[in-house]
Amino acid sequence: MGGKFLFDGRPVPFEEGQTILQAARAAGHYIPHLCWHPDFPPHGSCKLCIVKVGGRHVSSCALPARDGMEVESNTPEINGERRALLQMLFVEGNHFCPSCEKSGNCQLQALAYELDMSSARFAHFYPDRPVDASHPDVLLDFNRCIFCELCVRASRDVDHKGVFALTDRGIRKHLVVNAESGRLADTDFAVSDRAADICPVGVILHKRVGFALPIGERKYDEASICTVAMEKGE
Amino acid sequence: MSDSIGMPRVRVATTSLAGCFGCHMSFLDMDERLFELVKVVEFDRSPLTDIKHCGPCDIGLIEGGVCNAENVHVLREFRRNCKTLVAVGACAINGGLPAQRNHLDLGDCLQQVYVKRDGIEEGGVPDDPELPLLLDRVHPIHEVVRVDYFIPGCPPSGEAIWKFLTDLIGGRTPRLAHPLLRFD
Repeated sequence: MGGKFLFDGRPVPFEEGQTILQAARAAGHYIPHLCWHPDFPPHGSCKLCIVKVGGRHVSSCALPARDGMEVESNTPEINGERRALLQMLFVEGNHFCPSCEKSGNCQLQALAYELDMSSARFAHFYPDRPVDASHPDVLLDFNRCIFCELCVRASRDVDHKGVFALTDRGIRKHLVVNAESGRLADTDFAVSDRAADICPVGVILHKRVGFALPIGERKYDEASICTVAMEKGE
Repeated sequence: MSDSIGMPRVRVATTSLAGCFGCHMSFLDMDERLFELVKVVEFDRSPLTDIKHCGPCDIGLIEGGVCNAENVHVLREFRRNCKTLVAVGACAINGGLPAQRNHLDLGDCLQQVYVKRDGIEEGGVPDDPELPLLLDRVHPIHEVVRVDYFIPGCPPSGEAIWKFLTDLIGGRTPRLAHPLLRFD
């Protein structure tokens, strides 16, 4: 049994079982997200997709749509909270865009543009996170990890290898490689794995292809992430 | 921008702290629009004028982060004198390239560069009293003084700086939207 809900005042139809985010997207409305991916079940960790329903904050990627709901998404209040989440992600890692191969193709960066983030506002942590260049085809730059667990899920559920995991908690949480040595080279990870192409930021990078696309031709150089995401279904 | 001969011109000061002068080069990339700009703008302390100290100004543009004691003094001088202080470019906003040393020990860095590097025979860490003391970490300028606006980019394009300044001088709230808003 489906129905209709109001999304920023506009009616959006949904089918039974669809989440707010899925139904909104089907009706052409983009909701910012980082840990959500159309090919995977909702994860609900990045909180970029928060919307307000009946005065409460909910993750739109995880909450099933209900008939008659009133959903607020693209409002100054919600976008301000999303921007603050992005700013916290930026200061927690080392996101030095000018030297990053993912720049221009990065969802975190593109969302910061979309949400008018002109500075990271908070004090930067500058954590020490050494890179892992051990694998012949893939580089891991942990400085940029936002803990969306897409690589963890892709490697475990699609590739059936379980190469990645998050360990520790709170501010010490970090991405690890599932090998005795902790090195990617000592796993059966392959460049053809689903997990090798799933990272929304610049952690998992293919070697020898960096900066191949010139500035101006990259994914988010001209079109904004809301346009790209809806066109490409991602 | 309208010609405003006879009107008091807006005083603008600029400086580069721990930066590469790339943002200043980008400023010059406004090309012929600089002629439009100088009709309404007068430069105070800036590499363009070679004035050594900042007087009372309307707008201060800061390129680069804060990596040594001199940067702190210059930045505070700008904050004291400028009604509106603007962080220009990645280094002023998040430390940028110089901040890539922040997870390293400063002593180790200096040893590596001035003592242990290949080809150095009688090295030694420079300690001339004329040299400003390095800070243990490079800081974005908003960690040292209050900052009113930020123009991201490495460097921000001349177009972005032009848009920002003309908005600000024209009395509009400056806003850089995609694709002028860029981090690289």
